[in-house]
Amino acid sequence: MSEALIQLRDVRRVYEVGEMEVHALRSVDLEIQAGEYVALIGPSGSGKSTLMNTLGCLDRPSHGSYLLGGEEITTMNRDERAAIRNRRLGFVFQNFNLLQRTSAMENVELPLMYAAKMTSKQRHEQAEKMLSLVGLGDRLDHHPSQLSGGQQQRVAIARALVNEPSILMGDEPTGNLDSKTSRDVIRLFRELNQTQRITVILVTHDANVARNADRIIVLRDGEIVEDTDDFEHAKRALEVAPL
Amino acid sequence: MSFWDTFRIAVLALRKNKMRAILTVLGVVIGIAAVTTIVSIGEGAHRLVQSEFKTLGTNVILIFPTYDNSGGVRGERQASLSSTDADAIVRDCREVVAASPLVWTGGQVIYGNDNWNAKTMMGVGENYLTVRNWDLEAGSFFGRGDIEASSKVCVIGQTLIKELFRTSNPIGASIRVNSVPFRVIGILDAKGAGLDGSDQDDVLLMPHTTVRKRINGTAFDEVHGIMASAREVSTMGAATSEIKQLLLQRHKIDDEEKADFQVQDTTEIASALTMITGTLTAMLSAIAGISLVVGGVGIMNIMLVSVTERTREIGIRMAIGARGRDILRQFLLESVLLSCLGGLIGLSLGTALSMAAATAINTYKPDLEWPMVISIPAALVAMGFAAAVGMFFGYYPARRASRLDPIDALRYE
Repeated sequence: MSEALIQLRDVRRVYEVGEMEVHALRSVDLEIQAGEYVALIGPSGSGKSTLMNTLGCLDRPSHGSYLLGGEEITTMNRDERAAIRNRRLGFVFQNFNLLQRTSAMENVELPLMYAAKMTSKQRHEQAEKMLSLVGLGDRLDHHPSQLSGGQQQRVAIARALVNEPSILMGDEPTGNLDSKTSRDVIRLFRELNQTQRITVILVTHDANVARNADRIIVLRDGEIVEDTDDFEHAKRALEVAPL
Repeated sequence: MSFWDTFRIAVLALRKNKMRAILTVLGVVIGIAAVTTIVSIGEGAHRLVQSEFKTLGTNVILIFPTYDNSGGVRGERQASLSSTDADAIVRDCREVVAASPLVWTGGQVIYGNDNWNAKTMMGVGENYLTVRNWDLEAGSFFGRGDIEASSKVCVIGQTLIKELFRTSNPIGASIRVNSVPFRVIGILDAKGAGLDGSDQDDVLLMPHTTVRKRINGTAFDEVHGIMASAREVSTMGAATSEIKQLLLQRHKIDDEEKADFQVQDTTEIASALTMITGTLTAMLSAIAGISLVVGGVGIMNIMLVSVTERTREIGIRMAIGARGRDILRQFLLESVLLSCLGGLIGLSLGTALSMAAATAINTYKPDLEWPMVISIPAALVAMGFAAAVGMFFGYYPARRASRLDPIDALRYE
């Protein structure tokens, strides 16, 4: 078997809140192959957001090893991790996190500005291509406030994809959308996964999102309690606390 | 991120809050405007001093008697300078072109039913106009013969014509100076206001011998000063020391410290005056500079608010790959832009103010001919200073922004 895209080895994350130590992640071992479609589910406080932040190179684990495409992330400094985020990862958030009073086009161009040199013409073309891909080719100059929730999330997805990352990460990407637009967004993720071979990792509370994934990882109290391709298994693991 | 992109983002961010940007830079505006105005006025004063010294004659050397005060008692006033000293200076000092004794007097000038107190009433030698680089408008000046004969002739300045003669021709007219009758033989060219703003044309010149004997009534050949002119401005030092040596020798004084006269040249006086105006300008500029510092603190304050307000934006930028230094540059450039904007407004305001000041001075005192000075180097320095203020006071907020934790920043409401 070829080397996994993501390899976590005994990853732990401990926060110190005053005198108390909070173990957000107790010990996580995980491998994700390129091209997988993974959903992370679990009750509040299970550590799924922490795991997501760790996978997204926003957070650094207190212990363990994280290899992303063979590169050790845990020993990187802030700027190196920023470069990794820019080059290899695309983020989609629950509340879209677009820059207000900035056009869709410019929002999508933003990661390119922080990336390697590219002329502004090339940037425009790339951003336009991505917005067309998510079906917003006719909304380039709209500001987020002029777009619906679903459209905003599409802009966010276009922004996440513009640097052609290997992994697309979603933190509750459908959390603020109605069921119809949710379905559209889920379909878009599925499409990107199948046609562009982009690895998709989503944190979600939404059963529909989870059901759609090829692989479901259930977290509870900072540990992985189930790792399955069967949604029913995952659902049971969620409902029953393991003894 | 390229500089141009950073610049564009900073401009956009400022444009989103125009009113706030304007209010933020007000301190810098006032500071730069004040400094610009003060420097411009100071520079104007400096130019004025210089041009006035040109009308006085840039190569003029003044010799005045000093009196021995040793022993705490002001000694018997002795005639330490005489007109023969002036003659000797012309004869023996190679670097001196001309020299004239000066004898002051004062009193009333009467012509017909009019009288006038001329500001300067002075006995001089036949070379006086050469020394002062002054010309006659009409008539002639008194010569050696008039001096030796103590002739009762005089030459008058333009102001006396206005005050005494009005329309009638003064040449050949008889005026009385402290009841001594004088015949007017010449009229001086107009010279305008002097350094202190006084009227240089309010002058009456007579042979020094006549003033001494007939008006002041002194028996001894005593003069109040000697005015000499050097061949060139560049050789004034040489001329000055020649005069010193000659007079020491003539007065039989070995020790230069004990000299009974002092020699000043106008460059010395000019540089002293320039130093005074320069010091004043610097001091006032420093006070105005305080406003710049206050303005800088204002910028820092608003930048801190801005960083807090835009925490989420910073989080987003970091999540998609902005490095710490990208964020630092963005906020730093924003504050530098702010302060440069303030500098630019301040510079325009200051220029307008100094133009207004020059106009006001010229309206109030037209004969001063106050010059309007716009100094490009000073403007550049002011802009540089404004940028430096933005850089200095913007650094802390920008650094704070760049150090935010991306996760916390993203969660910030």
